[in-house]
Amino acid sequence: MSAADLPAVPDALAAAGSRRAGGGGRGVLWWAAATALGVLALVAFPGLLAPGDPYSLEVSNRFASPGSANLFGTDDAGRDILSRVIHGARYSLWSSILIVTFAAVVGTVYGALAAWYGGILDRLLMRTVDVFLAFPYLVFAMAVAASLGRGLTSTMVALCLLWWPSYARMVRGQVKSILNDYHIRAAVTLGASRGQILRWHVIPHTYNQLLVRFTLDIGNALVALTGLAFLGLGATPPLPEWGRMVADSKQFALTAWWYGVFPGVVIFLTVLNFVLLGEALRKRVEL
Amino acid sequence: MLGCGGGRRAAVTCLLELRGVDKTFFTDRGPVHAVRQMSMTIEAGEVVGLVGESGSGKSTVANLVLGLEQPDAGRIRFRGRDIGDWLAAESGAYRQAVQAVFQHPFQALDRRKRVGWLVAEPLVIHRRGSSRQRAERVEELMADVNLDPSLVDRYPHQLSGGQAQRVNIARALALEPSLLVCDEPVSALDVSVQAQILNLLLEIGRKRAMAMLFISHSLPVVRHLSDRTVVMYAGIAVEQGPGGEVSDRPAHPYTQLLISAASMTGDDPGTGRRAMQEAVPPQGCRFAPRCPMVIDRCAAEEPGLEELYEGRSSRCWRSHEFLDI
Repeated sequence: MSAADLPAVPDALAAAGSRRAGGGGRGVLWWAAATALGVLALVAFPGLLAPGDPYSLEVSNRFASPGSANLFGTDDAGRDILSRVIHGARYSLWSSILIVTFAAVVGTVYGALAAWYGGILDRLLMRTVDVFLAFPYLVFAMAVAASLGRGLTSTMVALCLLWWPSYARMVRGQVKSILNDYHIRAAVTLGASRGQILRWHVIPHTYNQLLVRFTLDIGNALVALTGLAFLGLGATPPLPEWGRMVADSKQFALTAWWYGVFPGVVIFLTVLNFVLLGEALRKRVEL
Repeated sequence: MLGCGGGRRAAVTCLLELRGVDKTFFTDRGPVHAVRQMSMTIEAGEVVGLVGESGSGKSTVANLVLGLEQPDAGRIRFRGRDIGDWLAAESGAYRQAVQAVFQHPFQALDRRKRVGWLVAEPLVIHRRGSSRQRAERVEELMADVNLDPSLVDRYPHQLSGGQAQRVNIARALALEPSLLVCDEPVSALDVSVQAQILNLLLEIGRKRAMAMLFISHSLPVVRHLSDRTVVMYAGIAVEQGPGGEVSDRPAHPYTQLLISAASMTGDDPGTGRRAMQEAVPPQGCRFAPRCPMVIDRCAAEEPGLEELYEGRSSRCWRSHEFLDI
């Protein structure tokens, strides 16, 4: 039987197959990156993009359902939910980014030092990390946040304390393996100092994985932050923090569905976006 | 014993001297005696070839000279001073004087850095010149190793193997070292490129009167390059002598084996490595189990490094016989 006798593969199917194999990841990457930039624009210029004032009370307009005047409806104080969601990005998303940035910087330095010096210092530093990682994170965060007093800042501090150890462990492992690379020996024979080797030849090799992890973790931190706010640990009223808004909407879930659903959907989509972006970056980096 | 000058020629300038160097690695499968009782010298401007099959300990010698490993016993002196002292007191000066070209051209280059950066790196490390002077020097160096100057903005993965090794050579030359350690610099390259790189090294070594420790598993390659050849087997230097003479009139059966094609394909190359792992060295010659010329005495007594005539020595009971002297 020759090839000509075989039934032809439908063109559409063949095209779909090649698309999946080829450019699929890249499409997601650009989409997610564009969306992430859009969300960051909300953080930077909420006043320009929001239709109204997130704090202005309008008791006569309580629980207005979504419509042309209030696209996402209004809440129990008559505040425009769309405006609150847009302004909330600065509290929810930006806080998550700050937490993860802190964790990445501190964790990288810590992990790199542990790997570089090795020996007793390494063991000491990494056992400390293990202790941090051994705590159930929500319980730990709640304990820290509660002991520091209510407010967005104390929750952020709690999450910062929690988040860096996983970076420390990841970076330590990477640095350990990079230090065995051949190009490090070449740098040593050239006479490079420890600091130069670390700065020029080791840390830059961790960037790819750090970027992937960082992006994925923005989503994770957002879940943690809004989750804690939902439990009452986090932003205090009247800040339009997303988790807080969902928490406040609980008692009105049956009468005003839009109150909780829109902030909830925004949290979901934002987290999803950063996770997709992270995964797309991972594919890109690993290829 | 071939010392540096050895009293016979007291005023000879000895650049590098290894004396009774031992190095043992402890692995999961027991200790490996990578280098045993190694003694050799390199004089200023001299090219010394170190040859042996893979696993004979020759790369360990390179690492010891480069200070990447510390010897367990014996001394390694550079310009009369112990390498440990150099690295502790004046590591910058030692690093400038002793440079290396490694076996794997791509792995030795940081893949996230551009060629221009990589060639300038030694100059930056040792604070040579302004950034403008460094850029000029990079151009000079690239010309010296026959690299197209337009490659400065390339990343290593955009180079061919030969180009990458030229970048490594340019890096090593940047500081004008007095000793260049070349650890199998062409064995990872295409056969067509090997000769070019070898000739480049030879030409550069001659032009700059730079001493070289040239390590290879191929006796013809070493012969082509070196003023003097040291043959290693199972961590031991079994024969030393002027480059051409060692391959033309081998004094040791192992050298004969290296010359014959059979040694490359037919024989079991693991024997040398096994010999390294023997915890208690056998009484006799380490090469005896593989030796086609073995006599009774070989099993009973280990031969020492014996000077056959000026500049020529071997560790074999029958060397005089082979050389007919």
